[in-house]
Amino acid sequence: MYTLPNPSLTLDPRGDKATHDNYSEDHVQTMTGQPDAQVSLSAVEVQRIKADFEILEHQVNGTDVVYLDSGATSQKPRCVYEAEQHFYENANAAVHRGAHTLAVEATEIYEEARETVAKFIGARTNELVWTSNATEALNLISYSISNASLGRGGEAAERFRIGPGDEILTTEIEHHANLIPWQELAFRTGATLRYVPVGEDGALRYDLLDELVTEKTKLVAFTHVSNVLGTFTDTQRFVDAARKVGALTVLDGCQSVPHLPVDVKALDVDFMAFSGHKMLGPTGIGALYGREELLNAMPPFLTGGSMITVVDMEHAEFLPAPQRFEAGTQRIAQTHGLATAVSYLQEIGMDRIAQWEEHLGAMLYEGLSQIEGVRVFGPSDVRRIGTVPFEVIGVHPHDVGQYLDSRGIAVRVGHHCAQPLHRALGVTATTRASTYLYNTEEDIKALLEALGSVREYFGV
Amino acid sequence: MNELDQLYQQVILDHSKRRIGSPLVDVTEGLLHGESHQHNPICGDQIRVRVELNDDDHFEAMSWEGDGCSISMASASVLSEMLPEMTKDEFLDKLEIFREMMRSKGTFEPDEEVLEDAAAFVGVSKFPARVKCAMLAWVAAEAAMLGANK
Repeated sequence: MYTLPNPSLTLDPRGDKATHDNYSEDHVQTMTGQPDAQVSLSAVEVQRIKADFEILEHQVNGTDVVYLDSGATSQKPRCVYEAEQHFYENANAAVHRGAHTLAVEATEIYEEARETVAKFIGARTNELVWTSNATEALNLISYSISNASLGRGGEAAERFRIGPGDEILTTEIEHHANLIPWQELAFRTGATLRYVPVGEDGALRYDLLDELVTEKTKLVAFTHVSNVLGTFTDTQRFVDAARKVGALTVLDGCQSVPHLPVDVKALDVDFMAFSGHKMLGPTGIGALYGREELLNAMPPFLTGGSMITVVDMEHAEFLPAPQRFEAGTQRIAQTHGLATAVSYLQEIGMDRIAQWEEHLGAMLYEGLSQIEGVRVFGPSDVRRIGTVPFEVIGVHPHDVGQYLDSRGIAVRVGHHCAQPLHRALGVTATTRASTYLYNTEEDIKALLEALGSVREYFGV
Repeated sequence: MNELDQLYQQVILDHSKRRIGSPLVDVTEGLLHGESHQHNPICGDQIRVRVELNDDDHFEAMSWEGDGCSISMASASVLSEMLPEMTKDEFLDKLEIFREMMRSKGTFEPDEEVLEDAAAFVGVSKFPARVKCAMLAWVAAEAAMLGANK
């Protein structure tokens, strides 16, 4: 019988647990500046965590790699890809079909992974649908609503029907994945897309929310943490406004689920999408959370095998969620890899990871702000994860990224799949540094030091 | 010279600041002229190139406006300097050579007689992610030339 390999953590689990239990999420909220040593990870622990990531021991351009692009994708600890390998070597078979031993074991692993990941975000097991990534999860909602709007799903799907005169609300800070599916939904149904704009510093204009959310609003889609600015959305304001008019809420959790404790029930959203590869998991696996009653009332997006009860030549009856949204052979090894990543994160403690990254984020924001010729984007004095966008005045972000790469420092340059936000900030591209639990203070210092000489190199 | 210095040769950094041929200038009455707008969706770099040709298929001028990295802006500047008096066929020949150099991953030995300042871009070919930056103005000039009319 296949068993889950233990994550190759070198931390003292008892010490961690004692710390974890003694502190609540409140500490994360109040955290500013220096990390609280009792809650945050220690520098020594971070070094030990880093040792679990083979790729971070490699050299790039003759120097140790400094990976500050986790907002794009995270690195993976050995236990994650070893879990996938273990699965292929010991339990590979198609799930939810076949009576042979391997098929049964594979199904158990697949459903155990669902349970692990669902619990991680505070959801019930049946409320977690596997998708290939967050983009697919958001498109799943968009197309399921389309199908409902065409009349599919019967009476139960009534609340998903939208059409001319109805409105979908999103925001100007969204990643394209939480914008274009709603643009397309509006085109397909005749509904109107509206958005909450940002102010000059990139902060959302909450003052316009009451005006923008009306009886016409049927769906409100917003991000939890901005993938560009690293700042938090006041989710409560969106949820309250949407509830008042009976609109559905969709949260993009791509930049929050990997970095802080997230509880969908406490957030009180109807749907949340997130991706596995940004949270130490494999590529090709993501998930959609949805309230059980909503998922079971929503017509499916992708259809075919494994999502039906009875099929004749004219009709098909669908399984309840989550299976009704999981047509075709699924990404079994990847779900197991993601569950292993989640166990790894849980063993360290999400509140402690959040503390550490908030410390790194503050270090980044303050350090970057102090470099002459560097302009940092996003509001100051707000809570942020370890993600900060900036520009080196007079040097194009692509050239900044190239210069940093020559020193082994990996950052993201460009519009970070958020062109409207960049336009609002008055730039076409920025350079973005983004951290994760394996980043050290030395990584931040290496970036800050290298940036000190960029303008001189380019003769600005 | 390390790889970064090969990429950012002084001639490239100079051209990225001088921006020969920028901004756009109005077309001359009676000349063939064409325009092309090219966009690199990966980084958001964009350029609008305008070329003018006489009746003997010789380039009279190239002007442009754009927003982008030093490689893409320098490439447009270099091409603007090279293009006047070149024939269409000469340009297409040089474009092929330039493209071959860009695909060479650093193995190409450019003839400065032929490529002039564009030879400095050989270092770019070692950085596959930047090849598109160097090609942007050339691709725009080609499209502008092919669509040129009075």
